Amino acid sequence: MTTLAKHPGSAPPAAASPKPQGSYRRFGDLRIALLFIAPALIGFVFFYVVPTIRGIYLSFTEYNILGDPEWIGLDNYTAIAKDPLFWNSLAVTGQYVFLNILLQTALALGLALLMHQVAKSTIIRGALLLPYLMSNVIAALLWFWMLDYQIGVVNQFIEWSGLPRIAFFGSEEWAIPTQALINTWRHMGYTALLIFAGLQAIPGHVYEVAKLDGASAFQTFRKITIPLLRPVLVLVLVVTVIGSFQVFDTVAVTTAGGPVNATRVIQYYIYQRAFTESDFGYGSAIAVILFLILALVAFIQMKFLKGNESDLD
Amino acid sequence: MTTTASRATMPAGTRRRRPFNARRAGAWALLVLAIAVSVLPFLWVLRTALSTNNALASSAASLLPAEFTFGAFKRVFGLQSPAEAVAEGGSGAAIDFWLYLRNSIIFSSITTAGAVFFSAMAAYAFARLRWKGRNAVFSLFLGTMLVPPIFTALPNFLLIKNLDLLNTMLGMVLPYVFMTPFAIFFLRQFFLNMSREVEEAAMLDGAKHLRIFFQIVLPNAAAPIATLALLTFIGQWNEYFWPLLVGSQDDVRVLQVGLGVFKSQSPQGAPDWSGLMAATLISALPVLILFAAFGKKIVNSIGFSGIK
Repeated sequence: MTTLAKHPGSAPPAAASPKPQGSYRRFGDLRIALLFIAPALIGFVFFYVVPTIRGIYLSFTEYNILGDPEWIGLDNYTAIAKDPLFWNSLAVTGQYVFLNILLQTALALGLALLMHQVAKSTIIRGALLLPYLMSNVIAALLWFWMLDYQIGVVNQFIEWSGLPRIAFFGSEEWAIPTQALINTWRHMGYTALLIFAGLQAIPGHVYEVAKLDGASAFQTFRKITIPLLRPVLVLVLVVTVIGSFQVFDTVAVTTAGGPVNATRVIQYYIYQRAFTESDFGYGSAIAVILFLILALVAFIQMKFLKGNESDLD
Repeated sequence: MTTTASRATMPAGTRRRRPFNARRAGAWALLVLAIAVSVLPFLWVLRTALSTNNALASSAASLLPAEFTFGAFKRVFGLQSPAEAVAEGGSGAAIDFWLYLRNSIIFSSITTAGAVFFSAMAAYAFARLRWKGRNAVFSLFLGTMLVPPIFTALPNFLLIKNLDLLNTMLGMVLPYVFMTPFAIFFLRQFFLNMSREVEEAAMLDGAKHLRIFFQIVLPNAAAPIATLALLTFIGQWNEYFWPLLVGSQDDVRVLQVGLGVFKSQSPQGAPDWSGLMAATLISALPVLILFAAFGKKIVNSIGFSGIK
């Protein structure tokens, strides 16, 4: 960007248009730039900046939509600290995030390595990407059917293999793992493609040298592939964690928070407080907390895993 | 990038010389398994959608449709009478996926067209124009990617409500139609790498920025703009949370929300599985068609956003 601005040819075409020269010197292209960013700026201000500020403000108020927001200071936050449903939602979401990291990253890394070894064709990558292009709602309903307790095909197989049927959505212990499985199914191929792109970027001569040094396949993987992949892996991790913290769609259309509170994840709890119970202040306060958690997670991952540095240089 | 990198690994070529071995076969088997897990559920959905509910219960695992019928599709498109629908295991509640399909197309098309066009304009200003504060403003725009959608959804809902736009298409598209941070980021990259010479030649001709933008920059960036439009459209098509909040009434309800409603209408004891799967397939179909037509573009775009 800076280089572009300094590009010798990018000086105003002074010779050709003497008239607007003065204004160009003083303002650059400011006026025309304002024209170009005007629509985007409207969207930015009214649907990102103002709502962010308003959301923070609302978290300090009592507001049930009908009247005006009433300032109550930190009351929402102190109530949240004592709210068992909030802590439950945090625990449940944490479990979901953890399972996603574990399943998704491991499976995707494995898949990416497989693709890198035996097949790089676009068709294979496309087939693996297909679930990601489907909406969460579609993924949820598809598995809601396949995992049905009575006549779902998966439970048919489980029964045939002599095991007891599993109430994937109906039991408290399975509800969250099932949601994580659906999400893993939807994201596995996408994540694998991201990692695959990272693998493709590792130059071949690095492996060549390792080979000459007599490194085993596992040593090469641990000492070369993983360190060189670190930026991609950190990115994948950040995206997975931030995305999973905001799980909502699949829960909303399948279990709706249940059974009991087993899938009442943070975003679903916010939705319930704000829209079902018309408690916008309380909902906003939980949203602020979620925002802070996500910011912290991103910060920690970037800082300690040094996601923006590669060992390749 | 991908092609050059794979070519670079070729000289290493150890695997080429190696004959067929068990490890390679095992790798293929695992890959095929992963593909099966990704793709087969869709065939199962199709098979279910073409079955009757009564037959589904008795032959739960037969690979072909149980009692082949288009009844589920008719039901979902509101072509069955309530009595017929109930007889085939439906809830009998009125459901019209034509309407939801139309709403989804309108919603996704308007937001995609607006977001891509306005983002292209902004990206041009961020990449090709020189003005004070450009980088700072761009960083602020990018920063919005960090704000979780749920956080802005609550105040945005209140704004749309105050504007009296709940359950209108305008209210649904407003937050998306002006820009998406990703679109600006994506297009800016391409505009930055464009050759300056053509632009300068046009400037010497006395062409103004608007003409340069429309006649030179946009046509030259047709390929990335098409990719971006594709990705944006699919994303908008799959959007659930915001349309759920703002467009819950029938006349603006989109497919994803309609699916959720249809599912919850199913009586708890015996859901209308074939109807639900037919509806799911209809909701997935436009994306499947786009994928069949432009799969390569979509696949090759993965990895752009992340790494560089």
